[in-house]
Amino acid sequence: MNAADTAFVLVASALVLFMTPGLALFYGGLVRSKNVLSTVMHSFIMIGLVSVLWAVAGYSLAFGKSLGGLFGGLEYLFLSGVGMGVEGSPAPTIPHLAFMIFQCMFAVITPALISGAFAERMKFAGFLVFSALWLLLVYCPMAYWVWGGGWMQQMGALDFAGGAVVHMSSGSAALVVAIMLGRRKGYGHTPFIPHNLPMTVLGAGILWFGWFGFNAGSALAANEVAANAFVTTHMATAAASLVWIFVEWLHGGKPTTLGAASGAVAGLVAITPAAGFVGIMPSVVIGLGAGIFCYFGVSLKSRFGYDDSLDVVGIHGVGGIWGALATGLFASTAINPAGFDGLFNGNPGQLWIQFVSVVATCAFSFIVSYVLLKIISVIVPLRVNDEEEEAGLDVAVHSESAYQA
Amino acid sequence: MKRVEIITRPYKLDEIKEALTGIGIQGMTVTEVKGFGRQRGHKEVYRGAEYQVDFVSKVKIEIVIDEDLLDQALDAIQQAAKTGKIGDGKIFISTIDNAIRIRTGESGASAL
Repeated sequence: MNAADTAFVLVASALVLFMTPGLALFYGGLVRSKNVLSTVMHSFIMIGLVSVLWAVAGYSLAFGKSLGGLFGGLEYLFLSGVGMGVEGSPAPTIPHLAFMIFQCMFAVITPALISGAFAERMKFAGFLVFSALWLLLVYCPMAYWVWGGGWMQQMGALDFAGGAVVHMSSGSAALVVAIMLGRRKGYGHTPFIPHNLPMTVLGAGILWFGWFGFNAGSALAANEVAANAFVTTHMATAAASLVWIFVEWLHGGKPTTLGAASGAVAGLVAITPAAGFVGIMPSVVIGLGAGIFCYFGVSLKSRFGYDDSLDVVGIHGVGGIWGALATGLFASTAINPAGFDGLFNGNPGQLWIQFVSVVATCAFSFIVSYVLLKIISVIVPLRVNDEEEEAGLDVAVHSESAYQA
Repeated sequence: MKRVEIITRPYKLDEIKEALTGIGIQGMTVTEVKGFGRQRGHKEVYRGAEYQVDFVSKVKIEIVIDEDLLDQALDAIQQAAKTGKIGDGKIFISTIDNAIRIRTGESGASAL
């Protein structure tokens, strides 16, 4: 056991945890004031639900030794055999428990990301059932495939901190759930105006801060790769935030604070799979691409008519896909000998592998999410009724209101 | 007694207040309101999506004054609130039957 690595990963775990309340603020500011608590709750309660599921079964399904090649095994159910020592730890220098809790925080935020797509209209019970099943049947297999020794890892797909596992998977699920729930009441004639943008900008800042734990922590050791991932994360995010406001400015609008915050999150998403595999200047290019592609990504919803309330598809889906492909362009074994070279370092095959991982991730998450929602909708209604939606979910679902007049 | 209700630009509140207290008016009630007239609303843009916001923030000032002060007050209000551009607002004048000061029980003009 290495004390520095252990301390680093434990602190990184706490940083990643902090991203979820950051996301709650980011999303909460974007909805109307009658739905802010419901939206905050969608993120916050995932800390409760997913953490317990992770200890009971999720960790085992993601990082156990293999069950038919699709899931991890069952040997770590109820965390049996996950101890204070390094025995069995996928990161050899830290306690198995430290690795487990670091991964737990990733599992927590991923279903919370999806919640932006169904904000302002989903029933709470349906949301809890969907999130629990989605974690076990989409997230855990994805984590196993990419990090636990499954087929994507064996194929050589690079995903440093969860571009596929976290962002593309949640982005695809978001598209399904936005389509299946239907548009919010008043779509097209009622303005859905964010009720508190300072809250959203603060949330984006907390995400940026916590993301250092997410990406640098994914080195799983206090080493050179962690330092590289920390810097690439910062530079890509800065570049994306900056380019987003210039794009909207040039596109006939004005530079907006929401644009600066959205661009930052797009940059964070895009650098996630690449952070520990690419150099600093490539990370700036990845950030620039993220700002441009995601700006146009959020306009897809009005073109196709689905109501992805808070742009999970446009930011996490599009940003995740760009990040995965960009990893195939810019990855370098000079940065991380445990990775592979990308197209610009003489290995065009890597781009193809990344492309396959994009298609497989999106298709898998899309299909399983669709089937899950179909089955759940037979048992519990997914959507609140018109009266509840009109009153706002805060009062209708939680018997609370955020602001007293 | 007359009630004067002024709906105008929020940033003009202080000037109107100064003008009214300057001619000896001793009280007023102020409310933040939203509405539209010929100015209509304005456009807001969030992540590239444009929304027309119909209701514009305005301030509503209500005063109740003796009839003798009315013309002087209306002049003072218009001088303070006028910019000459669409959106300056409106003044509504109505007659008040009576007024009572709760503390003393006085009524009529001496209660103002």
